[in-house]
Amino acid sequence: MTDTTKKPEELLKLDYTPPKKGWMETPVDFKKGTYCYSAPQKHQEYLGLPYPRQWQPFDADWKLPENWKQIILEGMNDRLKKYRSFRLYMDICVRCGACADKCHFFIGTGDPKNMPVLRAELLRSVYRKYFTLGGKLFGKVGGARELTEDVLKEWYYYFYQCTECRRCSVFCPYGIDTCEITMMARDLLSLVGCNVGWVIEPASNCFRTGNHLGVPPHAFKDTLDFAIDEVEDLTGVKVEASVNRKGAELLFITPSADYFASPHWYTFLGYLMLFHEIGLDYTWSAYASEGGNFGLFHSAEMMKRLNAKMYAEAKRLGVKWILGGECGHMWRVVHQYMNTINGPADFLEEPVSPITGTKFENAKATKMVHICEFTADLIKNNKLKLDPSRNDHWKMTFHDSCNPARAMGLFEEPRYIIKNVCNNFYEMPENTIKEYTFCCGSGAGLGSDENLEMRLRGGLPRANAVKYVKEKHGVNLLTCICAIDRAVLPTLLQYWVPGVEVSGLHELVGNALVMKGEKERTTDMRGTPRKQEAK
Amino acid sequence: MPKTKLAGMEIEIDEDGFIQEPDKWSKEVAEDLAKEESSVHPMSEDHWRLVNYIRDYYIKFGVAPPVRMLCKQNKFELKYVYEMFPKGPAAGACKVAGLPKPTGCV
Repeated sequence: MTDTTKKPEELLKLDYTPPKKGWMETPVDFKKGTYCYSAPQKHQEYLGLPYPRQWQPFDADWKLPENWKQIILEGMNDRLKKYRSFRLYMDICVRCGACADKCHFFIGTGDPKNMPVLRAELLRSVYRKYFTLGGKLFGKVGGARELTEDVLKEWYYYFYQCTECRRCSVFCPYGIDTCEITMMARDLLSLVGCNVGWVIEPASNCFRTGNHLGVPPHAFKDTLDFAIDEVEDLTGVKVEASVNRKGAELLFITPSADYFASPHWYTFLGYLMLFHEIGLDYTWSAYASEGGNFGLFHSAEMMKRLNAKMYAEAKRLGVKWILGGECGHMWRVVHQYMNTINGPADFLEEPVSPITGTKFENAKATKMVHICEFTADLIKNNKLKLDPSRNDHWKMTFHDSCNPARAMGLFEEPRYIIKNVCNNFYEMPENTIKEYTFCCGSGAGLGSDENLEMRLRGGLPRANAVKYVKEKHGVNLLTCICAIDRAVLPTLLQYWVPGVEVSGLHELVGNALVMKGEKERTTDMRGTPRKQEAK
Repeated sequence: MPKTKLAGMEIEIDEDGFIQEPDKWSKEVAEDLAKEESSVHPMSEDHWRLVNYIRDYYIKFGVAPPVRMLCKQNKFELKYVYEMFPKGPAAGACKVAGLPKPTGCV
């Protein structure tokens, strides 16, 4: 955080009174700290995106192609035909307002355009004008408006101020999924070369090296070797792990941040320890070296392109099925799109745990199992020796990451694991967990430094619930199963709730796991002495 | 892309000041970048040890080193890295070492 970051007291001066003028008359204001930079030209070119150019949102001239309006309207027409959900969501909203105060960005900004209903209306008003009789006839009175450059700028600002977390859709009586509306708007913006750097650069890296961070195979191998040495330093056990090994039973895929960033790293060590201990016949891949998919935050086409490597690599290596790590949006792609866009993966087998024999019926179609399902099943079948007291220096709470929670309903497995690997677990209030979970405020490609104020605002409701359990129970650790969460929540909590650290769940599994032949562990994986109280 | 003057040279930078022309990096460029990113000026021996480590890793692997590796192999606590480069290993130290900004779930 820089010195120019506003103080929490300033950010808390929230005014929920809407502006006097109507929303159509309130132009967008690109305030420093509340928007994302555009994408570097070289990465747009690398991905072959249309109209690559250098421009920034704060420029008066966005250097749009001359026929930009025609491109957008034709793009909208195509998508209305292609996606029934899009047309449905454009048509059915009755403006009941159930969603209005459910969005973390509305709560944290007070800006009415962050009410999901109004966010959708930014696009819907244009839909009405050009695609409905009522809109054509009655114009503004009928809630319709012309597509202008100002409207396009407003789209860029507010559709990159939605983390596609889908909390609002839980409360909508019609089930309108604002995330899908945001996806359409971003896709349309991309047609005229308006993209966000934090989305496009990882996507371009992913297309080049297989992962968002641009880690090439030799660096991947070097990193894995280093991690194996570190596990040996910590436990005295030399774990086995292979890369690109043909004939392995399983392929394991996790976000690249797990083997790069901190505190993700300790979750990475946790995976290595667990897989070694149960004698899993698995391999890593230096090509399918990313679980995340920033393509999801750009367009259906980009999502499909980036995700294709998972099945391609599984086929090349001849594995039976794929095990996936602690990632958030990866599971939205896997669970809700993968089978349709990249499947069917009929060359893979229906997943069965080689350790317990449990058949993962739910993964029949995708052939991909979530690590929490896999580990919970190991515990349930008494395959792990766990000493939860090794996590006694933590008083923890669990943050349901939006996508595993709302896109796949993964509520109980992580909690089952937590209860078996630690003794002090405290839930945040009910309306902020499970399907009602509050977003970290930085997902869907918004996690950049330049957007920090907006991230802190969007993360306020989450942080507020953490503050509650910190004050009530002395919680000092938030655990989660998403790499974006692990990247952004430390900053968020340091700002709103100092003293609460962030971890992945398999870090805690690694701490508690009693390994055959291990030496006495005097510290946890972070090097914190076991007996000593954590900071 | 905006340009800026570092060590007497015009160098292309991104909006956050990361240099876009890695070949133009030199010790002098690093000291100039450090004016904004480092806790002391000129940089201390430890600062340089970290910057050189990152630079060497980047030349060998084309990417920044994992945070844990960077700490352990230099025997620095992460906290100390933040003391040296207040914006941290990625936004601070990597910038001074002339690397592109790491992006993604970081």
